[in-house]
Amino acid sequence: MNRWLVLLLAGLFAPTTALADIGSRLWATGGVTTIEGSAGGGLVPWALLGSYASDNEWGGTVSMSQARVDDYTLSVIGAGLNWHNRVELTVARQTLDLDKLVFTLKDSFGLEQDELNQDIFGAKVRLFGDVLYSRWGQWSAGVQYKRQRDFTVPSAIGARDDQGIDGYISASKLFFAAIMGRNLLVNATARATRANQGGLLGFGGDRQNGYEVMAEGSAGVFLDRKWLVGMEYRQKPDNLSFAGESDWWDLFVAWVPDRRLAVTAALVNLGDIATLTDQQGLYLSLQGTF
Amino acid sequence: MTKFSAFYRSTTGPLLILLLTLGGCQNLPSSDNTSDLYEQLGERKGIASIVEDMLYRIVEDDRINQAFKGVDVVQFHRNLTDQLCQLSGGPCTYNGRSMREVHDGMAITDTQFNAVAEDLILAMEKNGIPTAAQNRLLARIAPLYPTIRGL
Repeated sequence: MNRWLVLLLAGLFAPTTALADIGSRLWATGGVTTIEGSAGGGLVPWALLGSYASDNEWGGTVSMSQARVDDYTLSVIGAGLNWHNRVELTVARQTLDLDKLVFTLKDSFGLEQDELNQDIFGAKVRLFGDVLYSRWGQWSAGVQYKRQRDFTVPSAIGARDDQGIDGYISASKLFFAAIMGRNLLVNATARATRANQGGLLGFGGDRQNGYEVMAEGSAGVFLDRKWLVGMEYRQKPDNLSFAGESDWWDLFVAWVPDRRLAVTAALVNLGDIATLTDQQGLYLSLQGTF
Repeated sequence: MTKFSAFYRSTTGPLLILLLTLGGCQNLPSSDNTSDLYEQLGERKGIASIVEDMLYRIVEDDRINQAFKGVDVVQFHRNLTDQLCQLSGGPCTYNGRSMREVHDGMAITDTQFNAVAEDLILAMEKNGIPTAAQNRLLARIAPLYPTIRGL
C-alpha cells in the first residue's frame, strides 16, 4: 500500500513537463476508479473509460480506495490504461478485512482466516458514442476476470468456484443544463455474473450456480465542473444458502480539482454480508491520472 | 422467491433501467429561456470578449493551433461571435459558411473538438459566466458535434 501511495504522489507532483501530455477529454469525463478497478463511480462501472485520453492519446490512472463498514473493511488498489479512448485495461487488488466475522468462522467452521483477497483484471471497450456529444450517449462493453486468492472460506460456505468472469454492457450520457442549469450524468449497466459479494465470497453457490443479469445504475449532478454529487445502485445475486446477499447502494460526492486528481467520498450501504446485517459506512477514494 | 420474481429480478430490471434512463431522459425538462441566456453571456459585447479570450487560448494550444493556421482571425472572431450570439437567442445572424462546409476535409478529431470545447469553457470562466449559462450554451453547441467532425 505504501509503495502505491508513493507512486500516486510521485505521479501527482511530477514535473509539469511530464504532465503537459495529459489527455484532452473534458474534466471529470474519465469518471473515477470503482472498487473493481474499472472506470465508473464507486460501486458501478460506467461506459466512460478511465483517464482523459482522447482519440489519439494514451492515458492512465492509479488509485487507492477504502470502504469501512460496521464489521468489515475493504481496501482496493488499482491501476488502468486507456488507449485512444477506445480500450481500457485495468488491474485491482481487493483486500477484505473480516474483523468480526473471524469469530463466526472459527466457532462455526473451525477456520482461521482474517482477510480475503481478490485480484481483478478488467477490459472495457467503447463501442460507440460520446458521453457529452452523442444523442444516445456512450456505450461500452467490458469483462472483469476475478480470481479469489483465499478460497477456503468461500468454499466452506458453499461457493463453487474460486474464479469467475463478469461481463457487462454500460451506457452513459451527460445531459447539459438538465437540472437548474446543472449537467446531469446518467449511467446504466447490465452485468452477467456468478460472483458472491463481487467475488470476495467466490463464484456460484449451493442455492444458485448459473449466470444472472444484474441491473446497476447511477445518476449524478455536476454542481460545477469540479464537483459531482449523486447516487449509485447495484443489484446483486443471492447464490449462497449460508447467508443472504443484499443489493448495494451509495451516495457520493466527487471532487475533481483538475485532470490529475480525483477524490471521492461516499456513504455506502452494503447490506447483509455473510450473516452480519446492515453493513453501512464510509468510502474514500483517491485517484491520480497521467 | 418465486420463479417469476427470479426472472424479473434477473432480466427485466436491467433492461428497464437501460431503456428508462437512456430513452426517457432525452426529453428532460430544462428551464431554458432563450433571451435569458443571451443576457447572461453579456450580450454581443460579452460574447465577443469570450471569443477573443478563446482565440488567445487556441493560438497557445498545440493540440489545435496548427489547424487554425492561415485563418483570417478578424473574420473568424466576427463569425464565431455572431454564431454564439444567434445560438444563445440574441439578435444576430451568422453569415459564414455552413458548419459542414467550413470543416469539410479537415478530418477533425475528438481530441481537437475537446480542445476547442475546453478553450471555450475556460474563456467563459475567465469572463465570469455563471455555470448554468455555460451549460446552456454548451447544450446548444453539442448537437453540432457530428457535423463538425464530419460524421
